[in-house]
Amino acid sequence: MKAVHVAFVLLIALLVFGHEGFAQPQPPAGPPPQIEGFVPVDSLPPAEQLPAARLLIIAYAFVWVAIFFYVWSLWKRLGKVEGELHQLAKRTGANAR
Amino acid sequence: MRRMFLPALFVAAAMFAFAPVYVARAPFESTMGLVQKIFYFHFPSAILMLTSAIVSGVGSAWFLARKRPSADRLAFAAAELTVLFGLLTLVTGPLWARKAWGVWWQWDARLTMSLLLWMIFVAYLLLRKYGGPGSETLSAGLAVFGMANVPFIYVSVNVWRTIHPKTTVVPTLPVDMSAPLWFCFAAFALLYMTLLTARMRLEEQRSQLEQLYLEIED
Repeated sequence: MKAVHVAFVLLIALLVFGHEGFAQPQPPAGPPPQIEGFVPVDSLPPAEQLPAARLLIIAYAFVWVAIFFYVWSLWKRLGKVEGELHQLAKRTGANAR
Repeated sequence: MRRMFLPALFVAAAMFAFAPVYVARAPFESTMGLVQKIFYFHFPSAILMLTSAIVSGVGSAWFLARKRPSADRLAFAAAELTVLFGLLTLVTGPLWARKAWGVWWQWDARLTMSLLLWMIFVAYLLLRKYGGPGSETLSAGLAVFGMANVPFIYVSVNVWRTIHPKTTVVPTLPVDMSAPLWFCFAAFALLYMTLLTARMRLEEQRSQLEQLYLEIED
């Protein structure tokens, strides 16, 4: 199990810091386009009028709910198999006697 | 087993509870604003999806070469977690994209290959569940094929330029953005290790159970 843990840490380090080998040279960036005056929010395209907070909350809530559901399902499966193992061990023990 | 599982899970849960507070303190990105904060959960899920696919692929290759049941258990557990973390990535990404790009989905190389990777591992789980005897060898081949996708997914944003941010974004983050990101990453990584260990334990117990049933039948 320790070897798996060490391999996992090395793998993550490679994925996160291994980008330099693959990165390509960047062309020099030009100056950003100048905006003349203020733009009223009604004039923005529909995508930019979307409330960001709702999307952010949905994203965080989804992660929480999905993880909670998975942990619950894993806990339930573990409990079921452990219970069955325990019962079977008792039965085989009784038969041996 | 449960003695180890619960404290690790508790620490991960505490880190997840604190993560939104820490993320809220991070500065807003100049062009995307508030919605960019999805990144703090999207990036760790994506990296763990790729890591998990590699773990499953390596476990499967090891199982194919040596026929070790422990390698198969590792591959199976990691495959299930690839599907879980892949789902998190594939849901949080479009929620971010809808505001930042104006569309839910873009058929670019990174997104398409990530979806493909996720579907390969869903196929792996379906094969394990309904494939019958011998499905572990077939699914091991599938996991190796899935793992082969990972380097392409990783470099895709640097090679085929689209609107998806490049891999160079993370190392160039300012400290007040990178600190909450690495905190979230640590929470996800701890959770991943806890779940992987518990999931492997489940497979180990299932095989013990099968062995006991076989002994009773004999």
